Amino acid sequence: MSSSFFRLLIPMLVGIGALLFWEAAVTIGDVPKFVLPAPSVIGAALLENFGSLMSALWVTLRITLLAFALAVVGGVALAILFSQSRLIEMALFPYAIILQVTPVVAIAPLILIWVGFDNVNLALLILAWIVAFFPILSNTTLGLRSVDHNLMDLFTLYGATRWQRLWSLQLPAALPYILGGMKISGGLALIGAVVAEFVAGSGSGTGLAWRIIEAGNRLQVPTMFAALLLLSLLGIAIFFALTLLEHLALRRWHESAVNRGS
Amino acid sequence: MSTSPPASDGPLLTLSGVGKSYNGDAPAVADVTLSIERGSFISLVGPSGCGKSTLLRLIAGLLQPSQGTLDWEGGDRPDDLGFVFQDATLLPWASAFDNVYMPLKLKGVSRDAASSKVQEALIRVGLGDVPDRLPRELSGGMRMRVSIARALVTEPPVLLMDEPFAALDEFTREKLDDDLLTLWRDLGWTVIFVTHSVYESVYLSERILVMSTEAGPGQIADDIHIDAPYPRGLSFRQSSAYFDRCKAVSAALRDGDI
Repeated sequence: MSSSFFRLLIPMLVGIGALLFWEAAVTIGDVPKFVLPAPSVIGAALLENFGSLMSALWVTLRITLLAFALAVVGGVALAILFSQSRLIEMALFPYAIILQVTPVVAIAPLILIWVGFDNVNLALLILAWIVAFFPILSNTTLGLRSVDHNLMDLFTLYGATRWQRLWSLQLPAALPYILGGMKISGGLALIGAVVAEFVAGSGSGTGLAWRIIEAGNRLQVPTMFAALLLLSLLGIAIFFALTLLEHLALRRWHESAVNRGS
Repeated sequence: MSTSPPASDGPLLTLSGVGKSYNGDAPAVADVTLSIERGSFISLVGPSGCGKSTLLRLIAGLLQPSQGTLDWEGGDRPDDLGFVFQDATLLPWASAFDNVYMPLKLKGVSRDAASSKVQEALIRVGLGDVPDRLPRELSGGMRMRVSIARALVTEPPVLLMDEPFAALDEFTREKLDDDLLTLWRDLGWTVIFVTHSVYESVYLSERILVMSTEAGPGQIADDIHIDAPYPRGLSFRQSSAYFDRCKAVSAALRDGDI
């Protein structure tokens, strides 16, 4: 039996065991479902509210993916700009750091005022983008700078243009760093989308965060858990999608992804 | 791939009083004056830190001299010098073919147009059958061969080599030494070869420039001609004439260091 089979089987068994224990403990201890609902009750709540939870999932997913995509484009583009001009990097990098270290919760009210209360979706997008942007920028900047100096010299010897150097050398060399940044940033985009909705409220459609607040106000704890479950699944799906992308892009040549046949 | 040297009388390259110092430190290369004849095989030998790599980079144009001048025959530095580093320095994501194609790609030659040249360069270094392999799928010696193929694909008049085989095992290194000599004789290059191995320099070169650290930092302490005929092979490697010359170069290195 292969080790990858066990790698899947063991955590699954642990999960199933924990759920059974949870179900049994709550039933035997007679814990009220507004304190801790049993897994079966959460499942029932999920099915009961399936339609509305799915549309909330879609709202959160859309903001997350859009923020993530803009973070990748913006982060890589700005890092490329930094790599071309030391002056621009010196001028702008401190502000990127300020954007990163200021808690997004604290900026949310300001963003909301700036974009207007009838544009909450845009505010959510901006807030999620701010959170997701920095890892891409900083990883790509590092990656573009980590090119083998001898290869840089070789490109100089052969009279490469800036564009050739960037496209044929720096960007491929930075790819592992960019993909690493994307893995961090994908999770952060989801966190940003949820936190922003907690703080700024919902736009035209209700997202999962707002469903959690709403259900909490009404003490519908099983529905809260159902929404939480969907958020976790969404986060896991994003992580695995990006891990797969990283593997496909790097498996042939990069040390981190090469299968050593063990 | 026939690089027939045009008829000329003057040397290919003349260095006059060339020096290089970094930020006011003691010079890495000081007052080097020498002429390099077209088609010659020259080694720069010396201990670590003697300035031999700096001198090679000055010749390549990767560094600008602090003093003195480099005069190339015909005015400018040829724009396709071949350069081989101590590591193979390949693009890890590109196949052997694409690594060799790289210099031509940078010059705007299409893949199709370059294809036969690239394949020919790979065949010359004995890698005609593995164009699609990535660097990590090749052995250290094979990677170095790809690096040499990349240097020769532009048919450069001058090949600069910075301790190219130092990281390889002795068997692979001797094989590559022999193959390099064959390529040099076939293609009519000028080769400037940096090494810290006295044995390798005597085996390969027509002329050895001994650099030292003590006698005068970054200066050429001795200029030794190795007049043994080519082709050189195992019989030369094992001859007493070979060992005598190694002794002479070693002595020159020691003299410089006292």
